[in-house]
Amino acid sequence: MRPLLFLAVLVALAAAGTAAASEEQPTLAELEQEVICPTCHTTLALSSSPIADRMRAFISGRIAAGDTKSEIKSKLVDQFGESVLAAPPKKGFNLLVWLLPLVAVAVAAVVIGLLARRWSRARAPAAADPSSNGRAALDPDLERRLDEELARFDA
Amino acid sequence: MGRGLKIALQACAVLVVALLVALLGWQVFRTNEGRELAGRVDAGEAPPAPVFDLEDLDGEGSVSLSSLRGKAVVLNFWASWCGPCKDEAPELEAAWQRWRDRDVVVVGINLQDFDTDARRFVDRYGLTYPVLQDREGWTWGRYGLKGLPETWFVNTEGRLVGERFEGPVNAEDLDENIRLALGSEA
Repeated sequence: MRPLLFLAVLVALAAAGTAAASEEQPTLAELEQEVICPTCHTTLALSSSPIADRMRAFISGRIAAGDTKSEIKSKLVDQFGESVLAAPPKKGFNLLVWLLPLVAVAVAAVVIGLLARRWSRARAPAAADPSSNGRAALDPDLERRLDEELARFDA
Repeated sequence: MGRGLKIALQACAVLVVALLVALLGWQVFRTNEGRELAGRVDAGEAPPAPVFDLEDLDGEGSVSLSSLRGKAVVLNFWASWCGPCKDEAPELEAAWQRWRDRDVVVVGINLQDFDTDARRFVDRYGLTYPVLQDREGWTWGRYGLKGLPETWFVNTEGRLVGERFEGPVNAEDLDENIRLALGSEA
């Protein structure tokens, strides 16, 4: 268990380091995936429209000037609005877009858990009856008739 | 699971689905609204022009369409990177100079552009008519624009009249439609 935990911590630290480096020293290729061309509504990476070329030149200029990824995105949002971002920012109303899937997964897990519990309870009484040896108990009337048949057979 | 909880969960699920369908319907309605507007203008109707209130290019003030009621308005949607916009810019400035003393105003609405590029464009072509910046692209959807440039005409009552031009507009078309927007043959 411990090596696994150690590995998980290492992976998390490496991911955090990469994210921090990407924030401080973004590349054009990264931002091309995260910014939308306002005329063709695809990412910059997929667009060759004049405004996409202009946006690429702007981003390259800001990277050369030492802007962080957040600063560059913020400047693009100032110019083109939030729709220029491929993923909505994690704040305000947009936070719903990030949180709703998690809430949906949590609700689904709870519902599945409740259903599983209900199904297991429905089977439990039969399993819990010590006289049935792990099998469902017979109907008393059926048991009486069976005893009578066995007695007749023995006789 | 209790019956009450089951009903509550089902109600929640129905509510979420209804909300998503409503959002989808609203988006479809908004998209069609702009396209329908263009169709009505092309059919010769005079629908009310969607109102806007946008900042000017320098961010020092704003202009709303309703504040221009009583004037004929030439609405020109443009961007600095668009080739045909460069071709028609001198025509629009010339029309503004010809008509500005007769209750006509030319309004440029800059879309999908950088402020600096738009200002450079305005300086280069010596545009003196009001130029507004639509950063969020609000007018794009409301007017059902298909590309840039586009030019529309608003009459003195705030209704869209005449022709709607997709692509560069020339002096003759401008004059003809401005007269129509003024409601005269002056």
